[in-house]
Amino acid sequence: MKFTLSWLKDHLETDAEPKAIIERLSLIGLEVESVEDRAQELAAFTVAYVKEARPHPNADRLKVCLVDTGEEEVQVICGAPNARTGMLGVFAPAGSYIPGTDMVLKAGTIRGEASNGMLVSEKEMGISEDHEGIIEIEAEGTLGGALPLGTPFAKLLGLDDPVIEIAITPNRGDCLGVRGIARDLAAAGLGRLKPLDAPKVTPSFASPTFWRRDLPAERQDACPFVAGKSFRDLTNPASPDWMQRRLTAIGLRPISALVDITNYVTFDLGRPLHVFDAGKLRGDPTMRYARAGESILALDERTYELDPETLVIADDNGPQGIGGVMGGEDTGVGDATTEVFLEVALFDPVMVAETGRRLGILSDARYRFERGLDPESAVWGVEVAARLITEICGGEASETVSAGEVPDPRRTISLRESRVESLCGLAVPAADQARILRDLGFEVTEQGHELSCQVPSWRPDIEGEACLVEEVLRIHGYDRIPATPLTLDTSLPLPALSARQRRVSAARTALAWGGLHEAVTFSFVAASEATLFGWTDPALRLENPISSDLDVMRPSVLPGLIAAAARNADRGFPDVGLFEVGPDYAGAGPKDQRLVAAALRAGKAAPRHWGGAPRGVDLFDAKADALSVLEAAGAPVENLQVSADAPAWYHPGRSGCLRLGPNVLAAFGEVHPRVLSAYGFDGAMAATEIFLERVPEPKQKAGSKLRPALALSAFQPVERDFAFVVAEEVPAEKAVRAAKGADKALIANVELFDVYRGPGLPEAHKSLALAVTLQPRERTLTDEDLEAVSRKIVAQVEKATGGSLRG
Amino acid sequence: MQDLEALKESLLAEAAQAADSAALEALRVSALGKKGRVTQLMKTLRGLSPEERREAGQRLNAVKDALTDALEARKASLAEAELEARLARERVDVSLPPRPRPLGRIHPISQTVEELVAIFGEMGFSVAEGPHIEDDFHNFEALNIPPWHPARQDHDTFYLPAGEDGERPVLRTHTSPVQIRHMQEVKPPIRIIVPGRTFRADSDATHSPMFHQVEGLVIDEATHMGHLKGTLIEFCRSFFGVEDLPVRFRPSYFPFTEPSAEVDIGCSREGGQLVIGPGKDWLEILGSGMVHPKVLANCGIDPNKYQGYAFGMGIERIAMLKYGIPDLRTFYESDLRWLRHYGFVPLEAPSLVRGI
Repeated sequence: MKFTLSWLKDHLETDAEPKAIIERLSLIGLEVESVEDRAQELAAFTVAYVKEARPHPNADRLKVCLVDTGEEEVQVICGAPNARTGMLGVFAPAGSYIPGTDMVLKAGTIRGEASNGMLVSEKEMGISEDHEGIIEIEAEGTLGGALPLGTPFAKLLGLDDPVIEIAITPNRGDCLGVRGIARDLAAAGLGRLKPLDAPKVTPSFASPTFWRRDLPAERQDACPFVAGKSFRDLTNPASPDWMQRRLTAIGLRPISALVDITNYVTFDLGRPLHVFDAGKLRGDPTMRYARAGESILALDERTYELDPETLVIADDNGPQGIGGVMGGEDTGVGDATTEVFLEVALFDPVMVAETGRRLGILSDARYRFERGLDPESAVWGVEVAARLITEICGGEASETVSAGEVPDPRRTISLRESRVESLCGLAVPAADQARILRDLGFEVTEQGHELSCQVPSWRPDIEGEACLVEEVLRIHGYDRIPATPLTLDTSLPLPALSARQRRVSAARTALAWGGLHEAVTFSFVAASEATLFGWTDPALRLENPISSDLDVMRPSVLPGLIAAAARNADRGFPDVGLFEVGPDYAGAGPKDQRLVAAALRAGKAAPRHWGGAPRGVDLFDAKADALSVLEAAGAPVENLQVSADAPAWYHPGRSGCLRLGPNVLAAFGEVHPRVLSAYGFDGAMAATEIFLERVPEPKQKAGSKLRPALALSAFQPVERDFAFVVAEEVPAEKAVRAAKGADKALIANVELFDVYRGPGLPEAHKSLALAVTLQPRERTLTDEDLEAVSRKIVAQVEKATGGSLRG
Repeated sequence: MQDLEALKESLLAEAAQAADSAALEALRVSALGKKGRVTQLMKTLRGLSPEERREAGQRLNAVKDALTDALEARKASLAEAELEARLARERVDVSLPPRPRPLGRIHPISQTVEELVAIFGEMGFSVAEGPHIEDDFHNFEALNIPPWHPARQDHDTFYLPAGEDGERPVLRTHTSPVQIRHMQEVKPPIRIIVPGRTFRADSDATHSPMFHQVEGLVIDEATHMGHLKGTLIEFCRSFFGVEDLPVRFRPSYFPFTEPSAEVDIGCSREGGQLVIGPGKDWLEILGSGMVHPKVLANCGIDPNKYQGYAFGMGIERIAMLKYGIPDLRTFYESDLRWLRHYGFVPLEAPSLVRGI
């Protein structure tokens, strides 16, 4: 919402400084977004007298001008053809910023003659495109003929009126007119609200046109009331300068007097109007719902198909306006208009909002109607409009005609005198509360310890006691509310994070320590990407994506990371380590969102180093990442099983899952080459997805931090190595597991330390070398003991793997 | 006897010249071994008178001791020389880089969330979460934003296809629906913050279709707007690390709070540089207010008994201000150079006692 300071003062009697007004606006909830003060910007440009303009001795087209600025005489070199002795022009001294050329003017010498300023054109001032010559001011011009030299030219142009733009919150429809803003400022102590200037125009004939309403019984509220007048014998010239200036200042283009009047009243009083060219109307205009197949050419020169949910203003020819949204082109006013029929209507805000949204029209009228209009405005709006029309366009006005009834919005809300303090912690004396509410237009009666407040017709947003508290406080001043610390119920704060939430931090820290950088990527990806990661559910496709690259809720965190790695590679950084801890979406339900830690490595596993050859990333990097996250998250990593059944976006032969029985905690592996080629990535990537919510809670009693007792053995552990020849397809884990199980009391650990293939082994076989750590607990092991446990290990592993001890 | 003296001289000279430990050992054997020269001389003592034997024995022992000492001394000096040689041999160029042990970085969004948790955690808040795909009730209706409400236009909502109930799920446009979910499940007193992803169909230099918010909610029987001010002023000063940071509360409007306030912090823009702290300008950073009675009622909480406040702010925004990150869109580009520059080493969780 834009307005100018002088416009505000039409409604607000005040001697407050502009600065004070602007500051106060923000503090009462009318947030100032910008203040544009052309006079300030153009302050350097003043009226000056050209005492003498003589030809430049060294240049044919230039003149040497002696300029009287009112303060001093300055020599200026001027190239304008119209520069002449005795004229009044606009002078800018050296050092001024010239908007038209975007340069700061410097003093200098032009062909041997000093020049200490400039006589400017309108284009140079940045106020028009006119560059025919320098500005000429008629001596007998404005300011009562007495034109002191040195007067800022902006003042002559009427630009010395700051334009203020404020953001109006959706509840304050009443401040979408300058008058509403003035009322708030008056309540805040910055002046007095002037009475509304709406003298009745004496009607001189009976309206030949009538308003009609044809609405179904259950939808009478869609347009409860409409009023208007007929006007005849008028003309539709350009609107007066003062009106054009104000409209231009707030960014509206003046069109014609009648159109400008409707716009002016819209912004002045927040009251949208419409005028029909009565000569183009056929029959009485009627408020009714559109009929199937009807359409309208609206004032924005676009045709809209109408549906039976849309309220229209129709004559015998069909719809001539969309209720509360926009008028029609066919019956719009033009230069030749001499008869007018005025529409001042009330529409249901919800109906207008829905219509506007359906048709995609955002008009000044819709903006106001959907935020709630003062119902009384339908009565005074007719008079205000009639006065402006007859004053500016001449002619005569008819009696007022109307249809329907003005709804009575009056309602009374009680405000406990103590409620401001109990809700906001600040005691405001009851008398001050009542005074503020009265200034805002409430009718307040004191009843015991309550204020009974009748809500003014222009404040549909006031719904309950809390609203009244806000009204009192925003005028009284939020700055007066004392800042009060929250107190804790406990002497020390309790943990803010749940065990599950701490896992997120743990996963993040583990991966960052693993050398990976944390990324945050979008929750949506392209459908083509989502498909690569198993997406099929149409319920996860956005209906209104921001672009087709971001239209499906991601089925995995990996696509974002893979795309990022590919982007980094394209920029010349092919060795990438990224991770993200975030959601993926298995469905649209609240429980379908999964929390995943995903890690991705591409290129070399580590930077090239003088101490060793570089190695490309492979699935075991991903597996290590998965295990370190799972360990950090508290999973029993000792008991995890590995299966070779990772999802389809992994390399089928180089990927797997880490699981506890049927519960898959993580998938890991090299990314499927088909996926990589879809991202245009040349090389290998190793990835893992860890499903943090599937990590079982530790089996401790709630709150117990006790660890099991540590049983240290007094005897040295013994290490024995075994090698087994097994068939190629036997997973190594099977051998390790079997060895571990051979004697649970004695075997403390089994590590696989070598895999050998080649000479000495049968075709399609491999040798697995295991290091078994034996931990005696009661006595040192004898040769017989060792012999016995070795036999058990060999037997178990051979049985489990079908292989044999390597001789 | 002169023979003995000569022997000693010759043995000591040999010991001093022994080239390595093997030569030393050979010398020891040749002199002191079973058939060694000194041992042999010892054997000749048997034929002497007791007196002569003692005297000759002492002299022989002296030779033996001198040789033993010389052998030890030579051994030590050889070992020393050997060590010196080894150290010289093992010398490397210490300016070479070590084996890489790369350390990753934590994203500024995560870091900021951790800082929020640290600050609000000290004030007794715990962290709550909720789903990103929401229904209209939780994202709008229960928050007092009916379908026709003009505030909906500001939300640029993403929609998903209608389910069996005919209702279109939305991507939550703010973290506020978690307020509703929490109040539906937990009885007051409530004190939570809700950091998380939010979504709006808007994309330009200052808007991202996905961004992060943090929501705060306190509900009990006595918390009032003064507490809201106290909480947020303390938060702003602690988060930005500016003790005298001016904080301003301005009346505003949110459908789910009444009264509502926007909060500005002081800043200065002199010389084109934005500095958070006392200055001429204000910077809006968050929205807040007392929870609207209708919202409480929508969650089954009696608004005549309970009251409280809520606030919400953009996480990227406060991170940009605190850490001087100029461009919102770069948060999601995963450019390694950006992550390394603006990211945080994963040393420790932020905490107020250690400093944020």
